[in-house]
Amino acid sequence: MKYDSHFKYMSLTLIWVWLGIFALLSFLLVLGVSFLEHDATHIVIPKFTWSSYTFLFHPILLKIFGYSFVVAITATASCLLIGYPFAYFLSQIHIRYKSLLMLFLVIPFWTSSLVRSYAVMAILKTKGILNTILLSLGLIHEPLQLLFTNTAVTIGLVYNLLPFMVLPLYANFERLDERLLEAAEDLGASRFMTLYRILIPLTKPGIYAGIMMVFLPSMTLFYIPDLLGGARSVLLGNLIENQFLFANNWPVGSAISVLLTFVMGVMLLVYWRNSQRSDNKQQVLL
Amino acid sequence: MRASRHSLLRNFWLLGVYAFLYFPILVVVFYSFNDTKFSLVWQGATLNWYTTLWQDSNLWLALLHSLILGFFASLVAVIIGSFAAMNLYWYRFRGRQLLYGLIFILIVTPDLVLGISLLILFSLVGLDLGFWSLLLAHVTFCIPFVVITVYSRLVDFDSHLFEAARDLGASEVTIFRKVMFPLALPAIIVGLLLSFTLSIDDVVVSYFVAGPEYEILPLKIFSMAKLGVRPELNALCSVVFVITVCIVMASHFILRKKS
Repeated sequence: MKYDSHFKYMSLTLIWVWLGIFALLSFLLVLGVSFLEHDATHIVIPKFTWSSYTFLFHPILLKIFGYSFVVAITATASCLLIGYPFAYFLSQIHIRYKSLLMLFLVIPFWTSSLVRSYAVMAILKTKGILNTILLSLGLIHEPLQLLFTNTAVTIGLVYNLLPFMVLPLYANFERLDERLLEAAEDLGASRFMTLYRILIPLTKPGIYAGIMMVFLPSMTLFYIPDLLGGARSVLLGNLIENQFLFANNWPVGSAISVLLTFVMGVMLLVYWRNSQRSDNKQQVLL
Repeated sequence: MRASRHSLLRNFWLLGVYAFLYFPILVVVFYSFNDTKFSLVWQGATLNWYTTLWQDSNLWLALLHSLILGFFASLVAVIIGSFAAMNLYWYRFRGRQLLYGLIFILIVTPDLVLGISLLILFSLVGLDLGFWSLLLAHVTFCIPFVVITVYSRLVDFDSHLFEAARDLGASEVTIFRKVMFPLALPAIIVGLLLSFTLSIDDVVVSYFVAGPEYEILPLKIFSMAKLGVRPELNALCSVVFVITVCIVMASHFILRKKS
């Protein structure tokens, strides 16, 4: 029995130490650095200050936050509008095809999102395939500037993050009792009524999970605006990237990350409040 | 009538989304075989761009680095993650909910935040950015995925299996070794494969903790992609895409066959 408990404590200690150092401690360091003073030669000097946080209210930063929010909300809403019916339809497909269709959904989930962003670049460039098709159809008369615009960033985000919206929704629809929908129809509910009063409330955990999986990456996947956006497509992620790697202002970069983590915390709370009864959240990923 | 209209809409929607997901990547694969540098017009098939890749020694080095990193990162992550998952499943210990919550939070945490956290940590302790910093970082973001894959596999089993083993006198270690481990093995292998994909695809975390001496493939692709769309890069992205598709398909079938 002694040997048994050694085994248990060893494997638990291992994961606690690992996550304690590389996740908890390292994040506490970010929090700490955000209160330190910026110094050009030493990066930070150990002197307490609020200045990084007051700097967050600088008009330029506020503008970037606003723009990030708009882009992230647009991307999330688009993913939800496309993904919600998609996940529903997918859950209704005959069991024989389901496995194959799921595989085709999981592939984009796991393949490099950098490679997929590059693919969007290839489609959208001025002499790319989209412009060529539109020109030959006579829909436009000169090539559109698609790449290096804010629209391109949004398209890239939706393209990359759609599977992250669909998978939790699909897991939720799979657990849904079909009979509830039939009951609603038998009792004379209109389709809209069924959607609004039955389907949406029952799939709330999936909706929240999907929103969380899409909204945060939308603001932070800095390489998507780097590749697809123009000079003015600066998102929260690019801002942090710049503060750390080019401006070398770690305190401000950290303060923005703390803000981001705060947003994440709020979203997690909302999610947990709304999914207390569904203990199946680990099923979301595969 | 209504039913058929419904299924028409359904098929249309499904097809549309799949087309959206696959069209761009297939275009890249298609043009990686096109025998012209600039035009979109099909000029006949060629393997030129793949030959160019083949001869690029820097690329080979970056690929080798990525493979070594992915191998060790997924191995360490699988060891730590599988033990954690089996413990989470089997024991009710203090801090169990906390550990579970932490793992869930880590999955949702933006990679960017993890990247800068680790950058700060490594520079504080004076660890040079390179192989070791990358390895520690990659293991950290792979662990949660392993834990969740293995844990959800164990939850699917009838817990009586493990209780029966205990009633028949198996010690805890024997239960782990002889019952739980074999049953969880497919999920452990899948955890290994998926960690490997996560590791060789990661851009965001690596961007912060990589050093100039240890170049890895995704960062190389990123810096090439910044310069624009080129046929060699089409070929490189196609190769990376095909490799990950193979890994994902393998994991899909490993999990399917047994369950």
